[in-house]
Amino acid sequence: MSEQLLQVRGLTVRFPRRRTRLLGPRPWLTAVDAVDLDVADGRSVGIVGESGCGKSTLARAILGLVPSQAGQVDWRGEPVRREEANGLRRMRRELQVVFQDPVGSLDPRMTIRESVAEALLAIAGPVPEEGVATRVAESLAEVGLDPALGGRYPHELSGGQCQRAAIARGIVARPRLLVCDEAVSALDVSVQAQIVNLLDELRRKHGLALLFISHNLAVVRHLCDEVVVLYLGRVVERASRDALFSAPRHPYTRALLAAVPHPDPSQGNGAGRAVVVGADLTPGQVAGSPSGCAYSARCPLADATCRTQVPNLEDCGDGHRVACHHWRGAPTLR
Amino acid sequence: MTGHPLLAIRDLTVEFATPRGTVRAVRGVSLDVRRGECLAVVGESGSGKSQLFLGSFGLLAARGSAGGSVRFDGEELLGPDPAPLRSVLGTRVALVFQDPMNALTPHLTIGRQLTEVVRDRGLLDGPQAQARSLEALRAVRMPDPEVRLRQYPHELSGGQRQRAAIAMGLMTNPQLLVADEPTTALDVTVQAQVLEVLREARDRGLALVLITHDLGVVAQLADRVAVMYAGRIVESAPVRELFAAPAHPYTAALLGSVPRLDTPVTARLAGIEGQPPPPGEEQPGCAFAPRCDAAVERCRNLRPTLACDASERSWACHLPRHRPGAAP
Repeated sequence: MSEQLLQVRGLTVRFPRRRTRLLGPRPWLTAVDAVDLDVADGRSVGIVGESGCGKSTLARAILGLVPSQAGQVDWRGEPVRREEANGLRRMRRELQVVFQDPVGSLDPRMTIRESVAEALLAIAGPVPEEGVATRVAESLAEVGLDPALGGRYPHELSGGQCQRAAIARGIVARPRLLVCDEAVSALDVSVQAQIVNLLDELRRKHGLALLFISHNLAVVRHLCDEVVVLYLGRVVERASRDALFSAPRHPYTRALLAAVPHPDPSQGNGAGRAVVVGADLTPGQVAGSPSGCAYSARCPLADATCRTQVPNLEDCGDGHRVACHHWRGAPTLR
Repeated sequence: MTGHPLLAIRDLTVEFATPRGTVRAVRGVSLDVRRGECLAVVGESGSGKSQLFLGSFGLLAARGSAGGSVRFDGEELLGPDPAPLRSVLGTRVALVFQDPMNALTPHLTIGRQLTEVVRDRGLLDGPQAQARSLEALRAVRMPDPEVRLRQYPHELSGGQRQRAAIAMGLMTNPQLLVADEPTTALDVTVQAQVLEVLREARDRGLALVLITHDLGVVAQLADRVAVMYAGRIVESAPVRELFAAPAHPYTAALLGSVPRLDTPVTARLAGIEGQPPPPGEEQPGCAFAPRCDAAVERCRNLRPTLACDASERSWACHLPRHRPGAAP
């Protein structure tokens, strides 16, 4: 059993909404609702869900970029205390993050080499100058960036090259866990494949653990050992890759998988297949904290119990966990 | 029935004047769209797939110019006379873009924007236009269409806005709908609904051009596919043949780059090393040669022309992977 790097328990993030009455209570939007999450050393965990399900907010709350209202984040078995001056620093030395927008996540006034060096110095503290240059060159080589590009500025590089630079910045201090928030979503498919391969390689070579947040189920299936499905801030299903993709239990997971178009016209054009009702929430319609199962409004299996009782995340064997009142009755195959 | 295609683009070029010289985004593209078919134009960013159709319908940004010939139902649109283009655009040809927020005016209700399409052109009067709007919203399966008519774009979700934009395109009963990345900004579940709407429109006889980089979407909807790379078409074929046996190495590599849910997880995605040439750069040989595994000397020196056979397949490659006609 490898060591637990990240352990999240009951993490809850709420955002204040506008008061509807002048002196009335302030309504809150629960973006992340009591989420538990574990990432062990060398493992890769995917978080999937539609836009607005809270997957990015969850990552930001773990990183301490948005305040959380409840819950605890442990790093290597010790709680991360944001209120202490160095509370986050211990975790940040070993945890790095790569965001979606590759150009926007690099300082436009710094060369690629300076950006990567900055990340190293910020985390590792004073490093002899030659040491910095070597480490930066190593990590640029690791991500397959031509050393000649190190002296360029972000706007002189393509999106794929910038994303490589952002990953070089992420791995230069040799972290144990890399958080990727939609890190390949803005890229063209040929470049996306390069970056997915690169992340896979880093995992295999250095045992780097990944927390991979994406709406792209096929990419998650390719990269992750374990998948967590979020719906309106709650974990509705969590399972190993094979279990989740071959035998999804939660009706939402099934709907999500069924909606992905396969790039194969010989499988039929999909006409007439059961089109699930998309969440497609209108602004302001986002559910606060519904009394029952968050998915009950869209779920074909929903009954009175679903609308009044929040289902617990139950173990249905082999660590496959699902939050649905009907998982026993539902067939195991899609 | 008329023998000519609904839209015939011949040798279209699109150029932009920039401070650093002329940039050619589209370098001589010819293609046909037939009545009632769905043609997908596939390519990565910068391949010129969007500029091809913006250029065809006179919608280029400032400093852009289009050359060549575009005939809609036999009538030349790019000639010196702007009248044919004006009479066709927005009535017989409708365009829908990726970002539905930009396609809709934020300060007008959906109903006002829909009726405007037909009223400004003098096609229908008030009550008729109202009825037509409702009909168009029903055609795109908008929930509660009567309510939507009175709402503003910001009150709609992303999927609903995209459906409203498509409904706007359908208001004049066009013969051709050009949809540029219509589902890219949407969640998969919502994407499935929008694709269903487009499929229904095509089944009613509307010709559809789908500009996209998403091969899953192409497989779902298209009859024929044209693959663009660096401003040119490198392969075109009926959708099944293209996916089953791509002739051009770029098409094959593109198909191999997409992770899929329906195949075993492989150790590596094929991917394509390197990146497309920057727009404006012109090499003597095949534009894909620097990234192509199969490239030989000839590929770097001599640009392959688009060869075609009787089975409607064409490819621009000296060393096609599969000779159409031969068993793959």
